[in-house]
Amino acid sequence: MTTRLTRRRLAAAIAAVASASMLAACAGAGGSGGGSGETTLTLATVNNPQMKDMESLKSNFEKDNPDITVNFIQMEENDLRDAVTKDVATQGGQYDIATVGAYEVPIWAENGWLTDLGPKANEDADYDVDDLFPSIRPILGEGDELYAVPFYGESSFLMYRKDLFEAAGITMPEKPTWDQVAQYAKQLNDPSKNQTGICLRGKPGWGEMFAPATTVVNTFGGQWFDEDWNAQVDGAGFTEAMKFYTDLIKTAGEKDPVSFGFTECLNLFSQGNAAMWYDATSAAGSVEDTENSKVAGKVGYVQAPVKETDEAGWLWSWNLAVPKTSKNQDAAWTFVKWATSKEYIKTVGEELGWSRVPPGSRLSTYELPEYEKAAAAFAPITKTIMESVDPEQPGTQPQQWVGVQYVSIPEFQDVGNQVSQKMADVLAGRSSLDSALKESQAIAQKAGDAQK
Amino acid sequence: MAQTTAVDPAADADDTPPPSSSPRQALKANSASARERKFGRKLLLPAFVVSVIITQVPFLVTIYYSFQDWNLQRPNDRAFAGFDNYVTVFTGGSFIPAMIATIIIVGGSVLLSLVLGLGLATLLDRKFVGQAFARTLLITPFLVMPAAAALIWKWTMLDANVGMVNWALGLLNIPAVAWNTDFPLVTIIAVLTWQYTPFMMLILLAGLQSQSGEILEAASVDGAGGWRIFTAMTLPHLRQYLILATVLGTIMMIQVFDPVAIMTRGTGGTKTLSYLLYERAFVGLEVGEAAAYGVVTVILTIIVATLALRSVFKFLTEEGSRS
Repeated sequence: MTTRLTRRRLAAAIAAVASASMLAACAGAGGSGGGSGETTLTLATVNNPQMKDMESLKSNFEKDNPDITVNFIQMEENDLRDAVTKDVATQGGQYDIATVGAYEVPIWAENGWLTDLGPKANEDADYDVDDLFPSIRPILGEGDELYAVPFYGESSFLMYRKDLFEAAGITMPEKPTWDQVAQYAKQLNDPSKNQTGICLRGKPGWGEMFAPATTVVNTFGGQWFDEDWNAQVDGAGFTEAMKFYTDLIKTAGEKDPVSFGFTECLNLFSQGNAAMWYDATSAAGSVEDTENSKVAGKVGYVQAPVKETDEAGWLWSWNLAVPKTSKNQDAAWTFVKWATSKEYIKTVGEELGWSRVPPGSRLSTYELPEYEKAAAAFAPITKTIMESVDPEQPGTQPQQWVGVQYVSIPEFQDVGNQVSQKMADVLAGRSSLDSALKESQAIAQKAGDAQK
Repeated sequence: MAQTTAVDPAADADDTPPPSSSPRQALKANSASARERKFGRKLLLPAFVVSVIITQVPFLVTIYYSFQDWNLQRPNDRAFAGFDNYVTVFTGGSFIPAMIATIIIVGGSVLLSLVLGLGLATLLDRKFVGQAFARTLLITPFLVMPAAAALIWKWTMLDANVGMVNWALGLLNIPAVAWNTDFPLVTIIAVLTWQYTPFMMLILLAGLQSQSGEILEAASVDGAGGWRIFTAMTLPHLRQYLILATVLGTIMMIQVFDPVAIMTRGTGGTKTLSYLLYERAFVGLEVGEAAAYGVVTVILTIIVATLALRSVFKFLTEEGSRS
């Protein structure tokens, strides 16, 4: 009996020691090692090229701020959202800075997850808040509020092959309408020469197909939700727009639309197999890259095609934000200020090359002579479009949210994804547009009801 | 369990020294070994506890989550949801199509890769120059990472402009086919079949090589032709191997995710259970709903696996009693 008891005690003791050491390990991972006045900032970011450039330049910041070191954690977009959301929701305080997309800034700000950087930014004259693109400002907070600062931004425009248009005797207007674009696309679509009239994203996903498709919906007078959050997916404007979008792809678009997202269209267009491409302004850098693109120098850029509105470009930005749970608020702001300052943009240009400058965040970027020269083909029009986009009412009807090619409610990425899958069925001829939109209406209405 | 108790006394009997085998001593030795066994079990306890924690606690947490109304982007609205999530699973209209998609994709790919694997294994079973080289080449698809395989198929094979399949069709004057848009099911099954045929081939090749050459020789001396020998002798011999290949192949393929995510994005009847789960959790951000899908999937899997394994064991034991 006694031996049995001691053995039981021994087992309990082992278990206790094991769990205690596990707890200690957890604490070690979570707590910051500092204490000597030195601050270590942890930055969680998406793994885009511009962010990698930021990491390669961080030593410049650390040289100027010897008491601060910055650790970068690069993640895929979905993983980043998951990691930061969990950390903030559980008050973990693991991340001092995070990159947040335009779609999520209003949602996270409303959840109370982000620090309002407005007071600090406004009192710093050198930072020059008014230099940030004015069209992006309403996404980042009301009035003087600033829940995130843009690191780079983009809109959408129409890219076209000047050589093909000239050969066909077509002149592209500066502000084309969708009807004109459809006509040109059909004219230039030539399967025998492996030449597609226009490349439009057809890959399912709210951020793939429904980025360009929603801008078409906006300019056709449709919208996802009306002012009272009633879904309008089977409404006249939305239906007409999606009929136009899917018909255009079927008659003059890429052959395998479900495969085609941003990357695939970039590939098709830069290999010279498409006459037009409607997509992000940030694509221009790759299209004009003489090493990887066969069409560099042959491409013209005009405003996003319209129907009922004056402009139809989208608006997107990747922003830096400081979670409220960060214990190093001041140091975090110091870094955010550095990475989004005018000086940083010059540093990128001088050290890494002017074509790698993060675009669309500051107006002053477009006044730098070196950048104007390096990006002469697309920089002026990018600036014009980004200044004219109105994220508070991109379409013909008023809306409850701020955002162009998305609805900034948590449910939207799910709704957009499911509806785009139904559109894939339409593209493949597996279902009719009307029945697909009717099913989509029900999906969207459920999300709309959650906002009421 | 029954087996160990049957074996243990014999082992104990061997251990006890033969000269002093009086009944009392035997009893003493027996109780000593029983105590040792008990102590042995206690030594195993930590490992047992850890494995229970690792496997069962996450499942319990999943069950707990499945009763929560929890969207990752709405942490303030988190609440107890009762059976709402389970109602969504069964009335949302996604679950049954996902099950059908999984059955068609996994069933079709297992069947195709089994047939192709059997054919290739039969070819590889004979002696020829470069046999080892051919075997290595044939195994390669199985060694490619699933995501890489899906990318190869998406770009190199099935691309509408530069894909090799459409190029070959072009030689026959057949216009390019939009595989991912128009035939998503065929696309996924093709990729899976390509990936898992080598696996089936390896298992069946092992089966073929365990067949005794003398018996086959005797059969051909008796006047049996090649086809007769294959159907009457080789196939029955391969039975266990075929079952094993089917079970393992199904287990591996049922987790298919990469080709669906990379090529068809769940369109056109390719939204398998694992892709549906991913969508609910990482696109919908509905933690509760995704957990409910997970729980239902686990329960169904347990039922199917129990039935399948039982029939598989029946097959195996029947085979055993016959030989």
